[in-house]
Amino acid sequence: MHNNPKEPLIHITKRGALPWHRAWGIRLLAILVALVVCGVITTITTGLDPLAVYATMFSGAFGTVRRSWILGQDLAILLCISLALTPAFRMHFWNLGGEGQILAGSLATASCMILFGETLPGPVLILLGIVASLAAGAFWALIPAVCKARWNTNETLFTLMMNYVATQLVAYFVIVWEVPKGSGKIGIINQSTEAGWLPVLAGNRYLLNILVVAVLTIAMYVYLTYSKHGYEISVVGESEATARYVGIKVGKTIIRTLLLSGAICGLTGFLLVAGTNHTLTTTLAGGQGFTAVMVAWLAKFNPLGMILSSFLLVFLRRGAGEISTIYGLNQSYGDILTGIILFFIIGSEFFISYKLHIRKSGKKVAAQESTAAESATAETAAEETAAEAVAAEDTADKKEVGADV
Amino acid sequence: MDKMTPAVALRGITKTFGPVVANDHVDLDIFRGEILALLGENGSGKTTLMNMLSGIYYPDEGQIFIDGEEVTIRSPKDAFDHGIGMIHQHFKLVDVLTATENIILGLKEKGRLDLKAAEKRIREICDAYGFVIDPSQKIYEMSVSQKQTVEIVKVLYRGADILILDEPTAVLTPQETDRLFAVLRSMRADGKAIIIITHKMHEVLDLSDRVAVLRKGQYIGQMATRDTNAQEMTDMMVGRSVSLNIRRPEPVDPKPRILLEGLTVRSPEGILKLEDVSFEVRSGEILGIAGISGCGQKELLEAIAGLQKVEAGHIYYVEDNGEKEELIGKDPLEIQKMGVSLSFVPEDRLGMGLVANMDLSDNMMLRSFREGHSVFTDRKHPHELAERVVDELEVNTPSVSTIVRRLSGGNVQKVLVGREIASAPRVLLTAYAVRGLDINSSYTIYDLLNRQKEAGVAVVYVGEDLDVLLELADRIVVLCGGKVSGTVDGRTADKNEVGLMMTRLGGGTERA
Repeated sequence: MHNNPKEPLIHITKRGALPWHRAWGIRLLAILVALVVCGVITTITTGLDPLAVYATMFSGAFGTVRRSWILGQDLAILLCISLALTPAFRMHFWNLGGEGQILAGSLATASCMILFGETLPGPVLILLGIVASLAAGAFWALIPAVCKARWNTNETLFTLMMNYVATQLVAYFVIVWEVPKGSGKIGIINQSTEAGWLPVLAGNRYLLNILVVAVLTIAMYVYLTYSKHGYEISVVGESEATARYVGIKVGKTIIRTLLLSGAICGLTGFLLVAGTNHTLTTTLAGGQGFTAVMVAWLAKFNPLGMILSSFLLVFLRRGAGEISTIYGLNQSYGDILTGIILFFIIGSEFFISYKLHIRKSGKKVAAQESTAAESATAETAAEETAAEAVAAEDTADKKEVGADV
Repeated sequence: MDKMTPAVALRGITKTFGPVVANDHVDLDIFRGEILALLGENGSGKTTLMNMLSGIYYPDEGQIFIDGEEVTIRSPKDAFDHGIGMIHQHFKLVDVLTATENIILGLKEKGRLDLKAAEKRIREICDAYGFVIDPSQKIYEMSVSQKQTVEIVKVLYRGADILILDEPTAVLTPQETDRLFAVLRSMRADGKAIIIITHKMHEVLDLSDRVAVLRKGQYIGQMATRDTNAQEMTDMMVGRSVSLNIRRPEPVDPKPRILLEGLTVRSPEGILKLEDVSFEVRSGEILGIAGISGCGQKELLEAIAGLQKVEAGHIYYVEDNGEKEELIGKDPLEIQKMGVSLSFVPEDRLGMGLVANMDLSDNMMLRSFREGHSVFTDRKHPHELAERVVDELEVNTPSVSTIVRRLSGGNVQKVLVGREIASAPRVLLTAYAVRGLDINSSYTIYDLLNRQKEAGVAVVYVGEDLDVLLELADRIVVLCGGKVSGTVDGRTADKNEVGLMMTRLGGGTERA
C-alpha cells in the first residue's frame, strides 16, 4: 500500500450493502453517542445528573401501567397517520395535509355522534361514523389529488392550505354545537349515553385503537410490498414517463392512492373522537400530521420500520414532557434533547452508506465506527442523509457542482 | 517541453465501490500534443479513472504525477489548478444563465465582476480554436452541440491544458462531430493533452494518435493508432476475437404488419414533427429508419406505441388474415390488451423504459405485473426472467436485486432490450438500441434483433450509424424533416445516396 504524504486527512468512499446487524449496530451506537452528548449538555447547562434525567425520561414513558398504555395509544395514533401518508409519499406525492384530513374525519365522526346520537342504535352509529370519517378524509385528499392529476398543481402547497380550511371548518362547527352555549367548546359528546363511543376492550379504552392500528400496519405493508397497486404506486413515484410507457394510468393511480391516504387519516380522526377523546377541537391532531412526515421518512416509507420510528418519537416526547415537569425546566429543554437524538440517528445513516478513510501513519483505517469521527462529521452526515440515499455518482456530481459554483 | 515527460502519469490507481473493483492498479501516461483514445467495454472503468483525474473521486490507492511531479487531487478545484478539465457526458450548466455567466461561474477572480472582459476572453478562445458560440446566448436556447461547446470553452477559460472528453460524440450529428474533431485537432496542435472516451471505432482511427485499452478495470495495453485497426482494438477490449460482420438473414415470409397512412404529428409547441408519413412495416423483416437526429423518429415510434397525440392519418395493425385495426386513439395498455404486442425500446432508457431505483427483477415486472387475477404481483417469474436475461445477455451486475441505476449504460440497455424481447412481441420498436453501447454489446443486440426477425417479428430499428443500418436492415425508410424522403433496399443502397436523402427530400433524384 502506498503512503502519500499529501493524502487528504479524511476521504469518503461508498460502501456496498452492509449486513443488517452491522447497519443496526451503527444506528444503536449513534443513539448511545447521542445519549452521552445529551448527558454532557445536561450537566453543563443545568448541573443535573444525566443518569437521573434519563431515568426520569424512562419513567415518564413507562413509569406506570397507565403511562405505558398512554404511550401505546400515542404511538398507535402517530403510526396510523404515518401509515396514511406512506402510500402517497411512496408515489412522491408530498401529502402534508394529514392534519386537515384528520380534522375532516373527526368532524364527520363528531357530527354523526351529535346528530344521530339519540336516534340510531349504537353499532349502527359507530358504523356510520366509520364510513363518514373515511369518506370525509378521502374527500379532503381527493381535491388536491384531482388537481394534481388534471393540472399538475403543486400538491405540497395545496394539501398544506387544505389544513387551514379544515381547521376553520372545525372552528365553525365547534361554535354551532358548543355546549353549554357561549363556552366555545363542545365538551364530551353524548357523555351520558356514550352513543357512538367505541367499546372498551378488556377494560382498557386504548386497547382497541392499538389493535386496529396493528392490523392496519401489516395490511399496509402487504399492500405496498406485494400488491399490484403497491407496485404501480412505486413506478409512478419513480418515473411518470415510465409509468405511462407501460400503460399505467398516472392520474388514476394518483387519485386512487390519495383516496386511500385521506381515508386512513379520516379513520385516525374517527379513532380520536369515538375512541379516546369523545370531543372535537381544532387542535385535535396536535401537529401529528407533520410529525408523521418525519416518522415516515425515518423509516424510509417502510410500514414495519415506522413502528420503531414512531415509538422513538413518542417515547422522546413523553419522556421530555416528564423532565420538564419534574425538574421545572420548560418544554424547550426536552425538545433540545429530542433534537440532539434525532440528529444523531439521521446522521448515522451516512455511516451506513459511506465509509470514512482517515490518514493514519500511512495506513488507511476505516473508522466508520469511531465515535470521535462520528461527532466530528455529524454535520456533513446529516446533510448527506437529508438528501436521502444519494448514489455515489450523484454525490460526485454534487461535489463537482459545489466546487464549480 | 520534453516530449518524453508525460503530462499526466497514473501509477497503480485502484478504486473500489463497495464490493465492485472499478479500477485495479491502472498505469497510464498522457502526453502533450497528443490525442489519446481510452477504450474499453461498458463498465470497464474508463469514466471512473477519468473522474479520479478530475477530482470527483479520490483513488483508494496509487499515485498521480503531473509533468513528473506527484500531486494530490482532492476536488475538481485541485484538478483545475493542475490544468485538468473534464467534459462530462451529461452537461453541468445552469440553463437560465448565458454562456458567459456559466463559464465564469465559480471563478474567484480579483476585482469586480466584469462580464465584458470575460466575454472578450471567451471570444478570443473561440477565435483561436474555431468555436462558434454566442457568449450572450442563454443555455436553454442552445442545441446539444452548442452546450457541449460551452463546456469545452469553460475548461479552456480556466486554463486547462489537459482535456478529458467522455463520449463527446454520442449526442452529436455527423456534421457536428466533424466540427468537434477539427477543434480537437487544433487544440492538439496547440500542445494540449487530450483524452477522449468513445465507442466508435472509426472515430478512434480518424482522430487519435494513441489508444489505451481497459478491460474489467485493468489496464490491458496501449499502441499507436496508425499501427492498429478496429479488429485488433475490439479484440483487446473484449479479451477474445470478435467478428465485426453483422449477419443479415433473408426475411422470413414478410407480410404487412403495421400500416402507416398520412401520419401527421405536431409537438405540444405546435411544431410539425411528422408530415404525411406513410410506409409499411413487415413481419420477419428489419425495417431501418434513417435520418438526422430530431427528424421525427421519436414521434414516429411513440405514435405507434400509443404515447403520442396524432393530428391526422392512420396507423393500422394488420393481422395475419389481412384484418386491419386502427391503433390511433388507444392508450399503450389498450394496445397491449388487444393482443397487439408492441415492444418499445425507448430512446431515453432510464427516463422511460426502466425505473432507475428499482432492482432488475422489479423492472422485469413492468410489462407483466398485471397478469393474473390476484391483487398481488407475481414475483417469481420476473425474478427468473431477470436471471435469464442476465445470463443470456451477459449483463454485468452483482445480482438481480441490484438497482438498475447502479449499472453502467450498456448493461441498462441490455436489461431493457431483454425484457422487451421476453414479452414475445409481434412488433419490436427500437430507438437507438445501441446508443452508448460498446462494440461487443452492440453486436449482441444486433444478433438479438436478427433472431427476433427470424422468429417472424416485425422489427423497426431507428439508428444513427448509417454503416450499421446498411448492414442490418432489409429496407430503410429515410426521414428528412418529418417527411419520408424515400425508401431503399438495405442490400443494394449506397451510403452516399442515403446520406443525401437524409439532408434533402428525395435525395439523389433531385440531384441537379
